[in-house]
Amino acid sequence: MLVAAFTLVLTYAPVDADQGVIQKIFYVHVPMAIVALVGFMAGGVMALMYLRTRDRRWDMRSYVTIHLSIVLAVGVLITGSIWARASWGHWFVWDEPMLVVFLIVFLLYATYQPLRFSIEDPDKQARYASVFAITAGAFVPLCFGAIRMAEATTQTHPQTATMTTSSPASVSLVFLVSLIGMALLFITLCKYEMASKNVTANVRRLRRRLAGDDDQVSATGRSAAPQL
Amino acid sequence: MLVVALSSSEQYVAGAYVVFLALVLVYLAIMATKLGRLEREVVELAELAERRDSPKDERVKEPA
Repeated sequence: MLVAAFTLVLTYAPVDADQGVIQKIFYVHVPMAIVALVGFMAGGVMALMYLRTRDRRWDMRSYVTIHLSIVLAVGVLITGSIWARASWGHWFVWDEPMLVVFLIVFLLYATYQPLRFSIEDPDKQARYASVFAITAGAFVPLCFGAIRMAEATTQTHPQTATMTTSSPASVSLVFLVSLIGMALLFITLCKYEMASKNVTANVRRLRRRLAGDDDQVSATGRSAAPQL
Repeated sequence: MLVVALSSSEQYVAGAYVVFLALVLVYLAIMATKLGRLEREVVELAELAERRDSPKDERVKEPA
């Protein structure tokens, strides 16, 4: 799907009259940003499910979703900086609310892994990380909602809604394909990492059993990742 | 060798897409390394299980 989207970007998407070919960064930067932000919020919902059910699998899902969203957020910041440099002549503009808020959200989530790592007790780790994920997950729509409500005149950062509605239908189509492709990539990588973590947990359990120390609760040492 | 001359704007666009691809590739490489480690652990476990089972088999074969 993403290959199809990028092929469409090269062959079908029109060249923007205002920004020229640079606008094509939009098709990778914005879907990545949307999927990362939705991932942060989904991580919060999964953390809420963990607190309700105390099922460790929800903590694992929340951890993996947030982990992958952080990876995408790094991509958003780098591609955004490249776009800013090409359009405005600066790598980062500090008086632009959208850029600063995204950086704040990224830095907030950058503390998620160290927070988990700093707590040794697995139950306590899962509980504290869940509270963090829910609070930070609620912070994301609040921040970006506030930016949307702010006057457009205070912002030079392009708005996704205006870019897709005021442009030809081909722009919306390519954007939609890119967004679906990015979401599918995110879901696939989430499933991949989740399967990897489950297999690792089962192998460790088997190793402990074969070694004959079933009573040993944690033989893996301290880790930021949830222990199933 | 195919050489494509890119304008300054096109270089920025190419750079953004290369960053995205690099991120995905680095992630996949890390996952592949973890998978390799997991594979080695499974082999070790299989050997451990075989060693555990082998004395029992020998005992069975012993004449009464």
